[in-house]
Amino acid sequence: MHPVKILPAILLCLLPVGVQAETAEEKGLAIAVEADQRDTGFVDYTNNVQMILRNKQGQESTRVIRSKTLEVDGDGDKSQTIFDEPRDVKGTALLSFTHKEGPDDQWLYLPALKRVKRIASDNKSGPFMGSEFAYEDISSQEIEKYTYKFLRDDTFDGLDVFVFERYPVDKKSGYTRQIIWMDKEHYNERKIEFYDRKNTLLKTLLFNDYHQYLDKFWRAHDMYMENHLTGKSTKLIQSGYEFNTGLTDRDFDKNSLKRAR
Amino acid sequence: MKILLIAAIGILPLASIQAGDWRGYVEFEGTAFFEDAAFPGQSNSDLSIAMEPEYIKEWNRGNDIFTFKPFYRIDQRDNNRTHGDLRELSWIHAANDWEVLAGVGKVFWGVTESVHLVDIINQTDLVESFDGEEKLGQPMIDLSLIRDWGVVDLFVLPGFRERTFPSKDGRPRFAIPIDTDNPIYESAAEQHHIDLAARWSHSIGEWDIGLSYFYGTTREPRFVILPSAIDPVTGAVSETNPLYEIINQTSIDLQAIYGSWLWKLEAFTRGGQGDRFTSAAGGFEYTFVGVRESAIDIGVIAEYLYDGRDDEIGSIEIRPGTAFSTSPFQNDLVLGTRITLNDSQSTELLLVAVLDLEGNGQTYTLEASRRIGNNWILALEGNGFSNISENTSLVSFRKDSNIRLKLTRYF
Repeated sequence: MHPVKILPAILLCLLPVGVQAETAEEKGLAIAVEADQRDTGFVDYTNNVQMILRNKQGQESTRVIRSKTLEVDGDGDKSQTIFDEPRDVKGTALLSFTHKEGPDDQWLYLPALKRVKRIASDNKSGPFMGSEFAYEDISSQEIEKYTYKFLRDDTFDGLDVFVFERYPVDKKSGYTRQIIWMDKEHYNERKIEFYDRKNTLLKTLLFNDYHQYLDKFWRAHDMYMENHLTGKSTKLIQSGYEFNTGLTDRDFDKNSLKRAR
Repeated sequence: MKILLIAAIGILPLASIQAGDWRGYVEFEGTAFFEDAAFPGQSNSDLSIAMEPEYIKEWNRGNDIFTFKPFYRIDQRDNNRTHGDLRELSWIHAANDWEVLAGVGKVFWGVTESVHLVDIINQTDLVESFDGEEKLGQPMIDLSLIRDWGVVDLFVLPGFRERTFPSKDGRPRFAIPIDTDNPIYESAAEQHHIDLAARWSHSIGEWDIGLSYFYGTTREPRFVILPSAIDPVTGAVSETNPLYEIINQTSIDLQAIYGSWLWKLEAFTRGGQGDRFTSAAGGFEYTFVGVRESAIDIGVIAEYLYDGRDDEIGSIEIRPGTAFSTSPFQNDLVLGTRITLNDSQSTELLLVAVLDLEGNGQTYTLEASRRIGNNWILALEGNGFSNISENTSLVSFRKDSNIRLKLTRYF
């Protein structure tokens, strides 16, 4: 054995037991896997969302949507979103099938035309309903969509947190990386920083008012996204969560989209 | 049709156990033309107001839906455009592997941007907009069978709706006024002929596919000039009558999505209006997402239009009793762009040019819109006609380039 190779081995022995085999990448992934595990098994849920968009001058406009989500074994979730406000888009509905690998499938239903339009999945970096949330921010966060790197242990708002980075796999993502503050007790996201393609800090997302459902699943009722480049912000208020409502694949097909009201 | 209406109205008391939901709009519209009118009676401007309230009642966890959507428009110039329609009066019931829609409803088929060739269930409300995208309510029973291998829709369509056409005072209109009061039907049952349609549609990976068949009264009439409409002295033609023949039409619509590319194809073969003919439209829409690190999307549209009809007015000699068509897109190239700002006012712009490859002219359409406050939409629409030759039905519209401003209040 060469001395050069012995040195790292000695160093490894000095590290605390249980961590020595883990790289920062492995530790980051392990946290993401644990968070995903804890949110597995919700089957389905419905909820109501209000978004308050505020521009640099402080002018506000409101979006109101209803959402249904179905957990899919072995793949990303299915979701259907119906728009209630603004009134001109009332009844417009979006159907999304997220996939662990490859592009997601999306169809938009336009009620005035009774037309179901397929949407190019490359729009993931685009704003959702003119808000500061991109499609990729609100779609189901599958483990496989990112690679990970643990940064440090820290505290945030008095909570012990993991701080780690994740890097989108899809080149069409609007981000180079995201930094996540996740509490160690419940594995809930508390803050995310989004870095754009030029690797400058674009947006910060804060999660507040977490509620637990079915003694297991945590949902933030209050999310606040601030865009540092434009000075615009979006407050996203979620309410009316119902779990295990008995939704099936039939509630997420193109026919169901045409029945959205 | 009456039975369907009674059935749909029979659902009302059931539906009104709990209050439903009202929505809709009121629209104010002004149109200005750039050139003096080609025909006497036409004006260089037009004002109009329209409303379309909608009542919706859902029950049984959304598996039963009652919809009532009337429409009414008042137009300053065109008596035919001052009109009402029952856009929807329907009951939808959804079960595990089937659905049924009974009553008056609307169905859309198709994928292309510039024309809607395979979309045949509903009649075009042509007085509403020149692009033919507005439709009249159609009485129907639509049974959808939902299977792993796709969705089969079976339609029974009792009660035919005649196409609306601008009156002599309307603009744009065809050079020969259309006698909408006296349509000619091939079927002795006239507008009571029961039409039938079937469709299979499915999504397979990146592909969306639809195969459809229709048997019944054509939605797109040909026209005939009756001997009585010809002045025996001058030979002048005073009017023409819509001719509604019985057709059978088989069609395909196909769309594939690859990244930012949407590839589209629509085609049909139709028998029953003179010789059997084929019509097709195909092309793509490519979207540049988030141009220059902004939120703006820019789409580029290119489509090719083919039509095998050889009886277009302008291209043939018209004699009394000869049936002719008005379909102008035999060999045309469509180029367009769609700009979406993705801002909180949902600002959008669509500009499309249709270029006749046989040198019969170009048409242009513009659609732009922006939200004002939370409940208003301001829209600008335009139609342009340039270098229109005598050999196309579009010659009637050569003076009709116009711009239209619409302000719509949604409630």
